[in-house]
Amino acid sequence: MAKGVKPRVKVPKSAEAGEVITIKTLISHKMESGQRKDSDGNVIPRSIINRFTCDFNGENVIDVTIEPAVSTNPYFEFEAKVPEAGEFKFTWYDDDGSVYEESKSIAIG
Amino acid sequence: MTFTRRETLALGLGAAALAAMPGASFASTEEAIAAFTGGAEVGEGGIELTTPEIAENGNTVPVEVSAPGATSIMLLATGNPNPDVGTFNFGPLAGSRSASTRIRLAQSQDVIAIARMEDGSFTRTSAPVKVTIGGCGG
Repeated sequence: MAKGVKPRVKVPKSAEAGEVITIKTLISHKMESGQRKDSDGNVIPRSIINRFTCDFNGENVIDVTIEPAVSTNPYFEFEAKVPEAGEFKFTWYDDDGSVYEESKSIAIG
Repeated sequence: MTFTRRETLALGLGAAALAAMPGASFASTEEAIAAFTGGAEVGEGGIELTTPEIAENGNTVPVEVSAPGATSIMLLATGNPNPDVGTFNFGPLAGSRSASTRIRLAQSQDVIAIARMEDGSFTRTSAPVKVTIGGCGG
């Protein structure tokens, strides 16, 4: 597992049923592109998060395929519909096989 | 055919500029588009790509894309060593067909967004971004 990976997610605490809310996510990750060289001229191997998904009560909200052109500390902002109270689940998939998870619950009213 | 010294110089400069154009990446951009659309015709309109006109730091360029009725949107950076940036696939609970993120751009270039619509058609748009400091390290 890459060091110092910390997911951060911003979700409102409550919403009206059926309301569309904005979600912001950020995960600290160096996203080594595989294009850079170290001081000896050797290519630094690629090490990125290649996929991000967000689900609400088991239903998919967004599924993002990520390439090395996404910046360090990948940030995503998107909108989700909230039909009922429940839990958002966020998952990031690392090149090295690690999976980072975060969840946030939301209430109605 | 003879050239004066001045003409020869101009010719040389022109050739050098041509060689430095991101032509190599252009071909793979076309390939990436073909892989996404399966060779289908790509229309225009119905998709909006918001980028800064000038990005001082190519390491983190904010981009926002929105295409009502899209099931997925692919982003491409034509001037990067690898033009793929990422693809947003919207699920049943997506509140809107829009998303924003931050990307790396190696140099001034066009950013392309292509959306796959619910009816299976494709639409594209592009936006030029001027980059002051490239974002691919070296």
